[in-house]
Amino acid sequence: MDKTIPSLAAAVADIPDGATLMIGGFGGSGAPIELIHALIDRFRATGSPAKLTVVNNNAGNGRIGIAAMIDAGMVAKMVCSFPRSSDPRAFTEAYLEGRVALELVPQGTLAERIRAGGAGIPAFYTPTSFGTELAEGKPVAEFDGKPYVQERWLKADFALVKGHLGDTMGNLTYRLAARNFSPLMCMAAATTIAQVSELVQPGGIDPEQVVTPGIFVDHVVEVKNPQQEEILIREGAVH
Amino acid sequence: MKLSNAQIAWRAAQDIADGSYVNLGIGFPEMVARYSVEGRTVVYHTENGLLNFGESPREGEEDWDLINAGKRAVTLKPGASFFHHADSFAMVRGGHLDVAILGAYQVAQNGDLANWRVGSKGVPAVGGAMDLVHGAKQVAVITEHVTKDGQPKLVEACTFPLTGVGCVTRVYTSLAVVDIVEGRFVLREKLAGMSLDELQSLTGAPLIAENVVDLNVPEV
Repeated sequence: MDKTIPSLAAAVADIPDGATLMIGGFGGSGAPIELIHALIDRFRATGSPAKLTVVNNNAGNGRIGIAAMIDAGMVAKMVCSFPRSSDPRAFTEAYLEGRVALELVPQGTLAERIRAGGAGIPAFYTPTSFGTELAEGKPVAEFDGKPYVQERWLKADFALVKGHLGDTMGNLTYRLAARNFSPLMCMAAATTIAQVSELVQPGGIDPEQVVTPGIFVDHVVEVKNPQQEEILIREGAVH
Repeated sequence: MKLSNAQIAWRAAQDIADGSYVNLGIGFPEMVARYSVEGRTVVYHTENGLLNFGESPREGEEDWDLINAGKRAVTLKPGASFFHHADSFAMVRGGHLDVAILGAYQVAQNGDLANWRVGSKGVPAVGGAMDLVHGAKQVAVITEHVTKDGQPKLVEACTFPLTGVGCVTRVYTSLAVVDIVEGRFVLREKLAGMSLDELQSLTGAPLIAENVVDLNVPEV
C-alpha cells in the first residue's frame, strides 16, 4: 500500500466540476494552500473544476487560498460559519453580487455535521440555533424537557487537508492548533487528499501519536516548508 | 458616570472561580483574561481546538498555526492540549465549560441573547456564538448598559435576530450587575452614585431590586 502522489497537480487532477470540497483550516491555521493553488492553476489552464461547493469554517482571506478560488470563479457555493476575515473582499463582493451562494452554519454544528457524515449518522439533535433564524424549517424535538434542532450530516466528494507528518499509508499528525476541522473532513469525504510537510515510511509515526488513521486518507503528497496563509496575507500576496 | 470596558471586564473576572474552564468571546470579552484574580487558576478554551492558552507572543514571534478563535496568535501554558473541532464543541454543548462570557447587542429579561447581526443586510457571520450559549454552566454577557445613541440594551424582548433563547444567566454592564431569574432582571449591584430610578430609566424592562449592593470597581 502506497498512497503517495508525486505532484500537487496529480493530487488534484480528478476533482470534477460541481464537486463538493471540504477544505481544512481555521483561518490560515491548517489551510492547505499548496493544494488549493494547484487546483486554481488547473482551473485557469483547463476551465475545470468549476461550480464547486466549498466547505470551510471561513470564506477566504485576501487574494490567496479560498479567496483566490472565489476570485477565479470556481466556487458556486460556500458552506461556512464565519465568512469574514481581515480582508474578506473576494467573498463579500461575490456574495453581494449573487455569484456565490452561502449556507451559514453555526461553527459547532458545522463540525458535528461533518463528524456525523464521516461516522454514518444521518442526523442528530442539537440545542444550537433553537429559536433563531438558522433553525427555520428544521424539525424540532423535545428531549428531557428541552427543545433541540435536527441537523443533517454533511459529506463531501473530496477533502483537501494539511497534515504535519504523514506516512505512505495515510496516517497523519497535525501541527499545534492546525488540526481544527481536518480530522473530521478526512472522515466525511469520499476521497481525502492530504498534503504533508514531511513524508515518512510506515513506522515513522509513533502509533500513539497518529491523529488521523490512514483508513480515512486516500492520497498523500509531500509539500516541504508549506506556505502559511497569514504570512502571505500580510505580504499582500496574490495567487 | 459609568464603568470603562476594562472595568466591566475586571468586574466579570472577579466571579470566575478557581479551577474554572472558561470561554471568552472574540473582542471585548477577551479583555476579561487580563484581570484574572491572582492565585486562581483559570483554563481558557478556544473554539478552534485548544485548552490553556496564554497571552499573544511578541511581534515577530508568532506561530500562525497557534491561534485562538479570534485568529490572534497565542502561546501555550503548561498543561495545554489540542483537539479537533468536534471535541471542542462537545466541551461547549456537553456542559463541560464553567463559564462563557459574550458580548451583546441586546439581552431580554427572559435571557434571550442577540449578538450576531443587527439586520438582514451585508454578509451574515455567526461563528460559534450560537453554540457557546448552550452548555456552559454560566452564560454571562458584558456590555455597555445602553447603545451609543442611548437606547437600552437590556430589553423586554430582543428586536435583533436571536443568538439563543433563554440562555443568559448574568449581565455585567457599565452601570450594574443584573441576574436573570425566572424571566426577570434581578438587580444585584449598581453604581453608588446612581439612583434606582435613573438606572430603571436606562433599562428596557423592570428591574427587581432587593438587597442591591454598590458596584465597586477600582481604576484599572
